[in-house]
Amino acid sequence: MRRSFAPWASPDAKPLIRFENVTKRFGESVAVDHLSLNIFEGEFFCLLGPSGCGKTTLMRMLAGFETPTGGTITLAGQDLAGVPPYRRPVNMMFQSYALFPHMSVEKNIAFGLKQDGMPKGQIADRVGEMLRLVQLEKLARRYPSQLSGGQRQRVALARALARKPKVLLLDEPLGALDKKLREETQFELMDIQHDLNMTFVVVTHDQEEAMTMADRIAVMDNGRIVQVATPGEIYEQPKTRFIAEFVGDVNILESHVQGQENGLWRVKTPSAQAPLTIDDPDEVLHSGQPVAIAIRPEKMVIQRDPPGPGAINVLTGEVWDIGYLGDWTVYRVKLVTGEILRVTRANASRFVDNPIDWDEQVYVTFAPDAAVILAE
Amino acid sequence: MNRRLSLFNVTSLVIGFAFLYLPILLLVIYSFNASRLVTVWGGFSTQWYGALFRNQSLMEAAWVTLRIALLSATLATVLGTLAALALTRYGRFPGRTLFTGMVYAPMVMPEVITGLSLLLFFVAVDFDRGFWTITLAHTTLTMCFVTVVVQARLMTFDRSLEEAAMDLGAPPLRTFFSVTLPLIAPSIVAGFLLAFTLSMDDLVVASFNAGPGATTLPIKIYSQVRLGLSPEVNAASAILIGIVTLGVISATLLSKRSTLNSRRNAH
Repeated sequence: MRRSFAPWASPDAKPLIRFENVTKRFGESVAVDHLSLNIFEGEFFCLLGPSGCGKTTLMRMLAGFETPTGGTITLAGQDLAGVPPYRRPVNMMFQSYALFPHMSVEKNIAFGLKQDGMPKGQIADRVGEMLRLVQLEKLARRYPSQLSGGQRQRVALARALARKPKVLLLDEPLGALDKKLREETQFELMDIQHDLNMTFVVVTHDQEEAMTMADRIAVMDNGRIVQVATPGEIYEQPKTRFIAEFVGDVNILESHVQGQENGLWRVKTPSAQAPLTIDDPDEVLHSGQPVAIAIRPEKMVIQRDPPGPGAINVLTGEVWDIGYLGDWTVYRVKLVTGEILRVTRANASRFVDNPIDWDEQVYVTFAPDAAVILAE
Repeated sequence: MNRRLSLFNVTSLVIGFAFLYLPILLLVIYSFNASRLVTVWGGFSTQWYGALFRNQSLMEAAWVTLRIALLSATLATVLGTLAALALTRYGRFPGRTLFTGMVYAPMVMPEVITGLSLLLFFVAVDFDRGFWTITLAHTTLTMCFVTVVVQARLMTFDRSLEEAAMDLGAPPLRTFFSVTLPLIAPSIVAGFLLAFTLSMDDLVVASFNAGPGATTLPIKIYSQVRLGLSPEVNAASAILIGIVTLGVISATLLSKRSTLNSRRNAH
């Protein structure tokens, strides 16, 4: 049912949140640079980027803690300019959780409802409902200092959800949790978002987190959005070298375009003897143009025996390093040009006869559609 | 490190504390003296405490002192807290350094100068000296101490708590009263207690700005001692010492606990 959800692809769909040409300057430095972005109702939207890329500033402008220097932000058709944080139908889960230390768990969750002037009985019902949602019924009377990190995170989530905001903002929601708990919580957040059918906007620097949870990801760099797409598109069809390198692992081969044959591009790289054949029909290139060929490590095949005479896309080198990760084995292959290629192989069977060893001469091949051409 | 106390350490500790507290201890002991002669021990008695409570003029002075201390400490707490908020919250306004220096000035200014300048001011504006001039003078003197204590707490305050409150629909004023104030309250109370005790035992500034009908206990004690020592004054001083000690200890404990809390919650 998630698969069919793609309002961004429909021309009639009206975005819930609209950033139009938004700029934010702090003195001399530009945090957000003429940025436009649409987020649709019911989306699980991720802002992904390295620290200092402007993603947190963008979120804080939506919450009302920062005022844009230029441009407009609209939410459900309403221009948010001049609307203070306490009048916005948006709630935020803070990175530090920002739980009120002098209030119990239930008082924390009730805080927003009280501000809305909800009658006492209704507040109690809603708080109970929220506590059930995050499975903390037993800890209602505890204080934040008596809770574990994971429990605090749940209280913060319950508190932010209690007022039924139009949009829930999550600032690095899983940053303070350990790895195991983080993975569990990712799926829980997805379930909650799906069950409540709410719009979530998450800021994160963790690409795995973004890939797991998001319907769409906006990759940001230097205050600009580099690409907005589904996790699959971001990973398989990165628009720029920055994205290819930031999201997942990638091998980059510097090349020059030779020409097009039968719809396939022929490129020449110093790393391989024969020209490479790449299937990336959307690119518009001219011959002689310098390009980067990006290939994901898991899309390459490593073998000891030389491939047949008709084989394409063959790179030769020797095994430089082997890393055994349990589910995967990582081979670092040194090419004749001195470049190190990263090739991974799934360990599908428990025992392998005569496995590839250190310093062995190997051949690395890949299919034409395994690689992406990135025009510089 | 050697954690045991060496003979040298113990000796210097004893001498140091004796130097500081022996005179005070002596005063407290002599306030329980049965003899009328202040310097001769005549056995244990609490009679001078009884006499003190029957001494109309001393009791009146004590009452004035208490009222001034309460009022000036309250004023100093409000003003001092506001100054602390301004200094920590409004990052870099023009003249911030000057403002900080001016707030702290009364702390390092010789009391004689503070007292004298206030006196000149009150004379210049033709303000009758008495209860109100001492109260105002003490407010000036003690405000900066409140600022120091509250500012220390605000420095460690997590601003995202206030943002969270606003995000959940609380306007700025309600955010201040429901989140900020309860969390910095211990430091405000500590500041109040400090201001209160400073006002209680101040002699210099008070005597510059006192007028007819407004004699504080320290002024009274000082003038009585000049006429000759009386055991009643010993008793009054002992009580004063007790109040001041209590105030300072609770202020220290409160501000310590408040910083500890903020550190624990920041984690």
